[in-house]
Amino acid sequence: MEDFDLQIQSLISRSLEGDGAAYGELLALLAPRLRAYFGRRLSDAADAEDLVQDTLIAIHTKRSTYDPALAFTPWVYGIARYKLIDHFRRQGVRRHVPLEDAGVLLAQSDTEAGTARSDLARLLVRLPERQRRLVEDVRLRGMTIVEAAPLHGYSEGAAKVALHRAMKTLSASVASDED
Amino acid sequence: MKTEDLIAALALEPDFPGPRPCRRRIALWSGAGALVAAAVTLWVMGPRLDLGELAGQASFAGKAGYTLALAVAGFWLLDRLGRPGAQAKPPALALALLLLSGLIATVIELAMTPAAGRLNQLMGGSALICPVAILGLGLLILLPTLWATRVMAPVRPALAGGAVGLLAGGLSATAYGLHCSETAVSFLVVWYGLGVALVGLVGAALGSRLLRW
Repeated sequence: MEDFDLQIQSLISRSLEGDGAAYGELLALLAPRLRAYFGRRLSDAADAEDLVQDTLIAIHTKRSTYDPALAFTPWVYGIARYKLIDHFRRQGVRRHVPLEDAGVLLAQSDTEAGTARSDLARLLVRLPERQRRLVEDVRLRGMTIVEAAPLHGYSEGAAKVALHRAMKTLSASVASDED
Repeated sequence: MKTEDLIAALALEPDFPGPRPCRRRIALWSGAGALVAAAVTLWVMGPRLDLGELAGQASFAGKAGYTLALAVAGFWLLDRLGRPGAQAKPPALALALLLLSGLIATVIELAMTPAAGRLNQLMGGSALICPVAILGLGLLILLPTLWATRVMAPVRPALAGGAVGLLAGGLSATAYGLHCSETAVSFLVVWYGLGVALVGLVGAALGSRLLRW
């Protein structure tokens, strides 16, 4: 547990400096723990996986609300609990979500990813054609940006910008789908 | 979409900007709203006639100190309520102390006033205009500040909206003080307080919808 805290702290400080690999590792560490947290509170595995993704997107889009002077786990726990309450509210279920110690988030982990309902193809159609093909090549076919960029008429820098914009659009569509 | 793909995509933008951009953004938009409110006060209602004199300046500064303190408490509260997992107790305590000291000062002032003059002291000459004016001016500050607050992540949106309202109301009351020449402490605490509370309530009502994320 303490090792885990240390590990998280070091990943955060590297993420704060703009280290993408550390940030990806941090999110990858959180995902199974979020999955266990939601899985124990929801009967439907697809709902749980949707919430894991919603929470990861919220962690990302709301990362400017993280104050490095404060502990990281309570921040993530606050986001996860809010997403769970929000989920029940949308379903019209009146359910009390107790405020637990943030440590429950780290207590268990579940690496068995359920299948999320939010369908990537459905989201991708909202992107402009050229951006969509780039996202498909880089994110789904596993090409590098350097390989994929010229195929769609992008320079390497422009491809990075286009991917960045595409991810913003996708995050926004996931968010608006929930309304 | 697979969760691991999502993570890989999100990791393209690793930068954590830290707490300052949120604070700067809220300070900027509420400050801009406050300037508009002050301009409206001066142009539409006119400055209080004694603002050029020492006594007028002292009374303005005294009232502004209290209303600005309310705004600061609102800003501090919002900074905590807008961050998941952050403790809101210290700013809530500061706000409670501020209101308590206002209440004590009011009681002392009214106790020292002869019984026959108490009602006049409390009502001044503009008791009913004051809260309405503060509410109206407050909306000019509340709306841009609520918009700026959408970058935050309040786990209790209505409460955070109330904090935005406290910030906007405190600034609005300060702007209205440029016009209002009431000098009684009891007037300030009760009627300015009511105006700020009204902006707070509107903020809470709007916040419960606008600040969801």
